[in-house]
Amino acid sequence: MSLISRQQFPIFRNHPNLVYLDTAASALVPDSVIAKMNEYYEEYSVNIHRGLYDLSIRASREYDAARGTVADFIHAKPEEIVFTSGATHGLNFLASVLADTMSEGDNIVLTRLEHHANLLPWQRLAKQKKTELRFIELTNDYSLDCDSAQKLIDERTKIVSVTMMSNALGTVVPVEKIVAMAKQVGATTIIDAAQGVAHRAIDVKNIDCDFLVFSGHKIYGPTGVGVLYGRREMLASLEPFFVGGDMVRIASYTDAAWTDAPQKFEAGTPPIAEVIGLGAAILFMQTIGFEYIQQQEHDLCVYAKNILEKEVTLIGPKEHINRSGVFSFVIDGIHPHDVADILGSKHIAVRAGHHCAMPLMEHLGLVGTARASFGVYTTKEDIDRLAEGIQEVKRIFRCAL
Amino acid sequence: MAILSADVYKEMILDLYKNPLHRGVLDPCDVWHRDGSMFCGDDITIFIRFGKGKIIEDISHSGHGCAISQAAVSLLTEHVKKKTKDDALHITNEQMVAMLGIPISPARMGCALLGLKALRGALEKET
Repeated sequence: MSLISRQQFPIFRNHPNLVYLDTAASALVPDSVIAKMNEYYEEYSVNIHRGLYDLSIRASREYDAARGTVADFIHAKPEEIVFTSGATHGLNFLASVLADTMSEGDNIVLTRLEHHANLLPWQRLAKQKKTELRFIELTNDYSLDCDSAQKLIDERTKIVSVTMMSNALGTVVPVEKIVAMAKQVGATTIIDAAQGVAHRAIDVKNIDCDFLVFSGHKIYGPTGVGVLYGRREMLASLEPFFVGGDMVRIASYTDAAWTDAPQKFEAGTPPIAEVIGLGAAILFMQTIGFEYIQQQEHDLCVYAKNILEKEVTLIGPKEHINRSGVFSFVIDGIHPHDVADILGSKHIAVRAGHHCAMPLMEHLGLVGTARASFGVYTTKEDIDRLAEGIQEVKRIFRCAL
Repeated sequence: MAILSADVYKEMILDLYKNPLHRGVLDPCDVWHRDGSMFCGDDITIFIRFGKGKIIEDISHSGHGCAISQAAVSLLTEHVKKKTKDDALHITNEQMVAMLGIPISPARMGCALLGLKALRGALEKET
């Protein structure tokens, strides 16, 4: 019995013929999330905090409730949840405010898999501070090589920032193991959960990381909102990057004192409807439950692998335990962009290119891949349609079928 | 009107993709210029050797890309060979699309024009 119906997603009502295989870029948004955001705009669309009237009190209550929902979702405390514009914002913020902890000769450890969002901020920091960037290698099966991590993380490692799941290859990273290695040398640990958050239950206390970031639009929520989790004592020690409204205890013309976290990191009016929508998206996911999500994803992955490996070359872990519902593939002699364009003309939405992981593609000797990624609404029929579409691509390019 | 794949991936486009014209690194050359598309990762380098009167004596291209960008750069290099620098600089985006002779959607316009962009970059380096 399926716990969700495609009819809960207005996109499918408006485009019944759509095969949406681009959830790794953005997940579609269910009715409940849209309704919750519309409710804000229609019933209490006023600013939060400091308003001593009913509507503002309601807006503040809903906003704060969303923070509680996020905290519960990842097993954190509400004061450890900072709302951002997305994972990219969170990682740029961390690279800026952690810069002072780095000195020449220190190193930052990432993986070969990183999305540009978890690479470029550290690259810039490394150049500024004359520190070294190190990359945990992959095995032949595109999985993370933990022996390599053991060798790279040393007493000069100050920051270890790793993805929880590769958006480009679907690789699942054993973040608990990497964090444990980093803790042994006292490094600050950061998890980029932008991709992972939709696929695996997250317990930040269990991962034991200092920081974790993700974006709302990957978990069936709105764009423009994301989350930075920071361990309470870590957030207390950091200075805000943005200063302004809604984050001061007291301000004069010459000086100001900040409030405590998380408010001190949320200067200015936040995206209120989006934060409230993110809360609704998490409730949507919790109603389905990760047990169902993982079972459905596993079934789809087994099905997809069997069908797709007959048609294309898959670029990603072969073992299901090391992968999620992201299938990158190439077809010999056909550029990924042409593959995606022809599939697009048949209402099959996939992504093509380097997936914001250009260095990874170059490292693997690829110009790019086409990528099909799954969500809670993905069905085996979608994968069948993809396979038919791929056959059409090969027919157009006169490839041997 | 939706664009049909059959109209885009015509025999000529696929032929040029599989058997490109003027492909390779021109050595020696007078100028070269590399350009890429952030959108799809296509990457084209144009090499030019000039003759008397700023005539494009020889031209080549290298790199990688989709069928449209590769067919376009083949057609373009063939078109400008033995023409003057000025003639080549006057080729418009519309003329490039017309040379391809297929419908180009907004999403593929960057592919169709990447070779022309690289050509303009190379021509501007000639002093």
